[in-house]
Amino acid sequence: MKEITYVEAIQQALWEEMERDDSVFILGEDIGAYGGAFKVTEGMQEKFGELRILDTPLSESGFTGAAIGASLVGMRPVVEMQFADFISCAFDQIVNVAAKNFYRWKAKTPIVIRAPYGGNIHGGAFHSQCPEGWFFHTPGLKIVAPAFPSDAKGLLKAAIRDDDPVIYFEHKYLYRRIKEEVPEDDYIVPIGEARVVKEGSDISLVTYGAMVHTALDASKKLEEGGISLEVVDLRTLLPLDKETVFDSVKKTNKVIVLYEATRTGGVGAEIAALISQEVFEYLDGPILRISAPDTPVPFSPPMEEYYLPQVADVVEAAEKLVAY
Amino acid sequence: MDIDRDTLQQLYYYLKLTRHLEERVTSLYRQGKVVGGVWTSNGTEAVSVGFAYALEKDDITAPYFRDMGAFLVRGITPRRIMAQYFGKKTGVSGGKEGNVHIGDINFGVCGFPSHLADNYPVAAGAALAFKIRGEKRIAAACTGDGGTSRGDFHEALNLASVLKLPVVFFCNNNQYAYSMPHQKQMAIKDVAERALAYGMASEIVDGNDVVAVYSVAKKAYEKARAGHVPTFIECKTMRMHGHSEHDAAKYVPRELLEEWKKKDPIQRMEKYLIENNMASDEEMKEIDKRVQDVIEDAEKFAENSPYPDGKEAIEGLYATPIRKGVKEL
Repeated sequence: MKEITYVEAIQQALWEEMERDDSVFILGEDIGAYGGAFKVTEGMQEKFGELRILDTPLSESGFTGAAIGASLVGMRPVVEMQFADFISCAFDQIVNVAAKNFYRWKAKTPIVIRAPYGGNIHGGAFHSQCPEGWFFHTPGLKIVAPAFPSDAKGLLKAAIRDDDPVIYFEHKYLYRRIKEEVPEDDYIVPIGEARVVKEGSDISLVTYGAMVHTALDASKKLEEGGISLEVVDLRTLLPLDKETVFDSVKKTNKVIVLYEATRTGGVGAEIAALISQEVFEYLDGPILRISAPDTPVPFSPPMEEYYLPQVADVVEAAEKLVAY
Repeated sequence: MDIDRDTLQQLYYYLKLTRHLEERVTSLYRQGKVVGGVWTSNGTEAVSVGFAYALEKDDITAPYFRDMGAFLVRGITPRRIMAQYFGKKTGVSGGKEGNVHIGDINFGVCGFPSHLADNYPVAAGAALAFKIRGEKRIAAACTGDGGTSRGDFHEALNLASVLKLPVVFFCNNNQYAYSMPHQKQMAIKDVAERALAYGMASEIVDGNDVVAVYSVAKKAYEKARAGHVPTFIECKTMRMHGHSEHDAAKYVPRELLEEWKKKDPIQRMEKYLIENNMASDEEMKEIDKRVQDVIEDAEKFAENSPYPDGKEAIEGLYATPIRKGVKEL
């Protein structure tokens, strides 16, 4: 196995799926000769041509709707949102057309929307958001958010082969910062399965995306003080793998939910509600939530650092919870 | 354009079927037998019948809610449509959807979402797929005049024009977007002017003349099929009922309705068939009878059909079920 970055894993999945299946094509802004804002599709147009690596005008609703239409007649389009922040322009097509097609009229809508998301890159309010919560509330969608290169590859391939609309949140802070050995063969990570990425005994920390790495860093610090953190990486947000979360809670009896999105009504809120409703008797303390505050993402570095959940926040919460 | 006798009679049959089916639904609605509201294409039937009948079997259409004619022409049966109005299990969507929210990909019909013009980009996408795969198929979408003010309309026209897609967009310009007359919706005289901005060819056609709509559609489809050229077609017509059957439409001047009543698309086609010797009295009577029989049969079928079980509400959310022990809901 070769060690590759998170972005290389995404590229590998796209190349392999494009080569494997003629019905897969990519559409979005500046993805052709330019190779995309993050160079994810670099070199692909030369190989696959202008129709399968399709440059579109600035019209997120238009090209997302077009992807839906193409999927209805047998294609498997992958939409690239230049930044996840612009996904709002396609909101209606995603939540009203794609998400409801199968339920309303049994039409399969196998589209993937790749959404580069997340902060810590000094992008400000419109290039840093974590918009997964907006879609988490929409039945009919599937949402994945890998934290590691192997999951980035395996989940993208699974998403492309899935017959439902999948939003694939790729964390742009991780693109070139995380490396890992990734299987070179046809590697699939099933949608709907969380993974315990670090076993521990004192506290379950449930998280996803870039925050998995914050959690892992915090667990090393906490280890020094004798606190053992178990880190659950959700990987798929919708539908949630409740079992893996519950199994961990049953083992540690204490829970921290960590997420980079704003606090209110987010994924963390749902996890906290599920735990308190379904495995309350295993709890030995309050469910703590660590998240960004309920504000837009601020620009200036000291403010963004304050805004984003940090290792120190996790350490502090864990120490408090262990003593409870 | 030379149109054969059989085609003309079929156009007439579908006009009548659309009108009478929707009138029957309205009357059942007044008797409280229909679930929810009723929206009809009354007065504008020639638009959907014309553009749908001009399509080939393998083409795709993405209609809107005043396109009952298109659903029927594509082969979705009055039985399934009536059962849908009744909220029955045998309806097009098995009870998950109501009334005109009809879609069935097996008949090349994309489901209609209430958000008007949402189906414009969807049709463009189907056309894109045909182009990528080198197939000689095309897509046709329709929306009302109101929908043409939405972003999706404009994004779809631009996209289709820039990418040179085999798609034809229709506008059922029935002059009112719910209660809003044309001049309060847009500051241009013809909706077709919108296409100009996207470098797209457009046509304006008498939307009450089914032969004209059919002919213009057919030509545009040929262009799309042969050379990936999209066209926008504005069909000028008039909505003769309220926005829905619970809307008395007092905001529409009576004189305007009187004027358009004289242009009724069905009477007009009747006259055309007779004057051109395209149907005998007997054939006309035969068509009327077929229409009545089909509607009666559909109504009985819907009445006698079972409702879905309540718990079916939580089934069928995903096409690919989740593998692990995670329940769908």
